Amino acid sequence: MKQEMMLIESQIELAPRIFELTLKGELVEQMETSGQFVHIRVPRSDLLLRRPISLAEVNHEESTCKVIYRVDGCGTRAISELVKGQEIDVLGPLGNGFTTDFVKEDDVIFVVGGGIGVPPLYELGKRLKDKKAKLVFLQGFGTKDAIFYEKEFSELGMLMIATDDGSYGYKGHTGHLIEKALKIYPNPTGVFACGPTGLLRAVEGAFSDHPHVYLSMEERMACGVGACYACVCQSKEDPTVNKKVCDEGPVFKSGEVII
Amino acid sequence: MSRLSVKLPGLDLKNPIIPASGCFGFGDEYSKYYDLSLLGSIMVKATTLEKRYGNPTPRVAETPSGMLNAIGLQNPGLETVMTNQLPSLEKYDLPIIANVAGSSEAEYVAVCAKIGDAPNVKAIELNISCPNVKEGGIAFGTSAEVAASLTRAVKKVAKVPVYIKLSPNVTNIVPIAKAVEEAGADGITMINTLLGMRIDLNTRKPVLANGTGGLSGPGIKPVAIRMINEVTRAVDIPVIGMGGVSCVDDVIEMFLAGASAVGVGTMNFTDPYICPKLIDELPKRMDELGIESLEALIKEVKESRK
Repeated sequence: MKQEMMLIESQIELAPRIFELTLKGELVEQMETSGQFVHIRVPRSDLLLRRPISLAEVNHEESTCKVIYRVDGCGTRAISELVKGQEIDVLGPLGNGFTTDFVKEDDVIFVVGGGIGVPPLYELGKRLKDKKAKLVFLQGFGTKDAIFYEKEFSELGMLMIATDDGSYGYKGHTGHLIEKALKIYPNPTGVFACGPTGLLRAVEGAFSDHPHVYLSMEERMACGVGACYACVCQSKEDPTVNKKVCDEGPVFKSGEVII
Repeated sequence: MSRLSVKLPGLDLKNPIIPASGCFGFGDEYSKYYDLSLLGSIMVKATTLEKRYGNPTPRVAETPSGMLNAIGLQNPGLETVMTNQLPSLEKYDLPIIANVAGSSEAEYVAVCAKIGDAPNVKAIELNISCPNVKEGGIAFGTSAEVAASLTRAVKKVAKVPVYIKLSPNVTNIVPIAKAVEEAGADGITMINTLLGMRIDLNTRKPVLANGTGGLSGPGIKPVAIRMINEVTRAVDIPVIGMGGVSCVDDVIEMFLAGASAVGVGTMNFTDPYICPKLIDELPKRMDELGIESLEALIKEVKESRK
């Protein structure tokens, strides 16, 4: 973990309120596992809490990484106003990422994402593609305008998209996509998911006895390093125990925590 | 003695910078980022007799120049803290301040009787001011009589000096400070968080699952300075000041208000390296302000009030 003033190489609005930020710096060297996140300091002195944002892509050769985030409030709005050439205070990489050791060539892997939970699945997809796995991306968005990285994900594997309002792809949610995908590939070797709670529950429900289901959780954070106990979720094994999303997650094995 | 060192009951601090309880876990969380031996001390997370699950999430919310938290004293309980957390800090050259919380006098007494057995625990911080738990915490800190009674009870069993952590959520903090001094407290730490609330415009419900939470961060610093100034004029026992410290000037302002050491809380979240940075920057700022040593400054502030 390092704190660094990273150089902004580009800032692009991919969809309304969805921004892709490309950062350059030495900190990239330490970004080893997909599913980890960085903690970005808002460039306003009155906003104290950093924003946890997952890594969407890591390029070790260029020492760059990309994060994709949604403007949801004044903090992310301030970050979205930064431009190429400016610097931003980044802490990371933080948290535990996706376990991919079990994946072998030609394994069918489902990668399920929803909304702003989709970005970390891109770096994951690239790494799984390097392992020559067969990838099936199942993605849910609110509406057509909110979709991003369609071309990029299509280049890594099969991509099925659902929108809540039916304006693009299948009308419905990612649970419906899982049903469709299971008709084509009934026994995926692994399932990875990131997105809203409903999506994670749908994934857990559809693959209840599966040995390789990994879910990336989100919770309001303060420190990002395991010290403040703000971002906890309940352990399934022992409901009197809390697990810290920032430090023990954000990726948990299915069945490890209560969603 | 170095110019940054300060001496308080039970605590020979090489510098006055102490991460505040609740903002630094049990210390080990930040040991990945820098050598904890750099710090003056650590006020570790509140320990209760049994493990505590804490409050539902969301537990934090942002506010202008501050934040609200309602963690709810989550901790693994006395036994685990004694066997795991405190021993893991023994490798550092660091006196530990153990923050103790409870929901009854008997629970406070039980924890205080035991926690000083840890060889690195050199002082207890008695948490009678947590605003985020239904039982205990602040209920013990808003009445001078109750605070004094609890102080007397824990002083009978504690093997190390006891500092009482006072709440700002009272009409007048001075009588409570005087009462705990009279009851035998070795020192005071102050201030804990201010009780606050935020409401979500979409759901029309409180942002925090607990409803209310404790306000901390630079926004509360003037309240802390005012209260430390009031209390240190009224009592003779030392005060460790905290509440919104974010830069080296804030550290010195705490000393000028009457504090003898300084806790750093919320800013650890904004900048995990804030404590070593403050320690590093302090001598230069002291030079600029003509401060020879912190002990000399403490003495000067005390004498100027006579």
